Amino acid sequence: MAEDLKVQIERAEEVWNTLQAKGDVIYLGTASCGIAAGIRQVSEAITEHLSTGDRDVELVEVGCIGMCCFEPMIYVQTGAKAPVVYGGLEPKDIPKLLDGVYGGDYENDHLLGVIGDGFDGLQSIYDHPMVAPQKRIITENAGLSDPVDIDHYLARGGFKGLERALSMTPDEVVDEVLRSGLRGRGGAGFPTGRKWALCRAAEGAPKYMICNADEGDPGAFMDRSILEGDPYRVIEGMIIAGYAIGCDEGIFYVRAEYPLAIERLEICMAEAEKRGFLGNNILGTDFSHQLTIKKGAGAFVCGEETALMASIEGKRGMPRPRPPFPAQKGLWGKPTNINNVKSVSSVPSILRAGADWYAAVGTDSTTGTAVFCITGKINHTGLIEVPMGITLKEIVEDIGGGVANGRSFKAVQTGGPSGGCLPADKLDLTVDFESLTAAGAIMGSGGMVVMDDENCMVDVAKFFISFTQYESCGKCPPCRIGTKKMKDLLEKITVGKGEDGDLETLERLASTVKAGSLCALGGTAPNPVLSTIRYFRDEYEAHIKDKVCPAKACRELIAYTIDAEKCTGCTLCARNCPTSCIEGETKEAHVIDTDACVKCGMCITSCRFDAVHKIDSPPSQCADEGQGGGD
Amino acid sequence: MATDISQIIEPYRGQRKGIIPVLQAVQEEDGYISIEAVKAMSKVLGVSENDIYGVATFYSQFKFEKPGDHIVRVCLGTACHVRGGAELLDVIERDLDAKAGETTEDGKFTLERVACMGCCAVAPVLVVDDEIYGKMSPGKAKEQIKKWREVA
Repeated sequence: MAEDLKVQIERAEEVWNTLQAKGDVIYLGTASCGIAAGIRQVSEAITEHLSTGDRDVELVEVGCIGMCCFEPMIYVQTGAKAPVVYGGLEPKDIPKLLDGVYGGDYENDHLLGVIGDGFDGLQSIYDHPMVAPQKRIITENAGLSDPVDIDHYLARGGFKGLERALSMTPDEVVDEVLRSGLRGRGGAGFPTGRKWALCRAAEGAPKYMICNADEGDPGAFMDRSILEGDPYRVIEGMIIAGYAIGCDEGIFYVRAEYPLAIERLEICMAEAEKRGFLGNNILGTDFSHQLTIKKGAGAFVCGEETALMASIEGKRGMPRPRPPFPAQKGLWGKPTNINNVKSVSSVPSILRAGADWYAAVGTDSTTGTAVFCITGKINHTGLIEVPMGITLKEIVEDIGGGVANGRSFKAVQTGGPSGGCLPADKLDLTVDFESLTAAGAIMGSGGMVVMDDENCMVDVAKFFISFTQYESCGKCPPCRIGTKKMKDLLEKITVGKGEDGDLETLERLASTVKAGSLCALGGTAPNPVLSTIRYFRDEYEAHIKDKVCPAKACRELIAYTIDAEKCTGCTLCARNCPTSCIEGETKEAHVIDTDACVKCGMCITSCRFDAVHKIDSPPSQCADEGQGGGD
Repeated sequence: MATDISQIIEPYRGQRKGIIPVLQAVQEEDGYISIEAVKAMSKVLGVSENDIYGVATFYSQFKFEKPGDHIVRVCLGTACHVRGGAELLDVIERDLDAKAGETTEDGKFTLERVACMGCCAVAPVLVVDDEIYGKMSPGKAKEQIKKWREVA
């Protein structure tokens, strides 16, 4: 049966090579972000434009290459030349772009680079500043192949890890993963090989393997991108893990907000089974493995492993004390191993290329790569994969291209609601589990949100604690009540009613919540508050003592005003104002009635002359007492 | 409708683990979880109605009132938050004259806020039914709402 795989790979390579040599192919970036940015409309424009000519062009949908800020993106392949990437497209750009490219003129404003070696003076995309510092292991296929075409996956080295694993004993596979140094990418960083060994050694049958794709961190979409962009990789990782642990049933727990990821997984699982990689007697061996998908139902706490298992069992997703650990008593009381999507996705590469190869990437304590979603106020937003040990500065400035719109950098938030905000002087920190934790943030699952001087750190802390307060399952009172109290205090501070001692109360509450919560949700919920107090205490004090928001983000502490010098009286703001509180004659300076203003910001975004500004407007005592007036 | 539901529930007869998948399938079919559906589930799954509600209300996915014809979801994840998601919600609430969680009087739109759609790179994001719209601004959202009103 090993021969069978050989035949399959040969056939797959033929399919892949035919596509590469086919001449005219247009690849469409069709992950969720591409769709959100409008690839469907661009695709329609392409089809329409092609229908007017006689070129036979194949359209292939691919996943996300990670350069989300340039979506919608297409890669145009002509002749035997490597595909050329174009981004930031609108349907109206298509006729000119395609006519140009098919006429031999590749250069235009949308050009990003060549997938492969550059030619005709065109730069390789791998030399693009956003891509050059990256090391792509988990994301090596994403955006480069049709995610549901198993031949594409096979031709690019797919299932070779599984083949090698099946030629080893399960203990050898566990040992290989252990030696690779792979640590759990869900956030905690527990060595994956050790987790596997515990479950393998545990008594009881059947055993379960669960892939945790309940990516609930707001600001994070790594798992979605991987599942959408390279589903076979995750499937292969699950099968290898199943073999190593000795279980024949695996479960994907995917959040329901990711319909495209679920759809692609379903297609790929069926295809993998048809080709003998999944199901009974995998690749002709005695090993059998079944995979199923469970859809999450919208509960952040279900990312916690005991809550996740409760959810699969049809219960409220509430965590329980550990021990017993899932490896001893997990799903339905049986030994269970749970790994994050990124951990599972690292496994095929480790088995294919070997533990030593993987261990050579990254740092001594944290091997391999980290996948981050860089988002927020940064020029290059997207999904990146970097070697562990890279500095935050390299990520923000080189890969991310610096802060957008000429604003200044204020903080980078890692780890979502469990993480923290780091200021500019911490940008030299290296990315690994230990250094980020020591600085008060965490590695987390991979969300990285950049904030500029227009973002208020008190508001950000309030945002995160509101999230965890809402998502707290309510089992442990310190988490249930403590997060509510913290939220109320932050609310009080952001509306200008903060008092001396509030920060100390916040810190005291934070330590109670951390100490008195059963699971990581409560255990880490205060981190965003603590880290912002630690690094941005001045900003808190400005809210409390002076009743001003230095970032001018807290609505209760600001007012909108129009600069009469700059205002041309174009009336655009007045027409856009939802409460009609802007008055003025055409071609004359306009005025905002601050009492009627709801501070929605429509005037600022609609003004073309930079004439609308936010100013400090501390709430006055009499307004407080309901006597109206104010200023 | 009742026959549809019983077809959905039947494969899980007597199985507690069927609660969530059945709730999801019922909501897919009817748009929400009705009292009748819970009663039917209770009989077939062998789990009390009380217990089913206990599970259903734990998860934010489930709705217990009939939603509007179209569901407008405003993402308030971190990336959307720092790029003006709250302002976006504000404008839409005012335009639709419905708060998050409510349905417009004409029954055409239900407005919801979600924690993260995972499209953070193109924040702020709006989702109408299954269609995702990225790089939104209050102005663009107002225009879109006008368009949806016309087709709704």
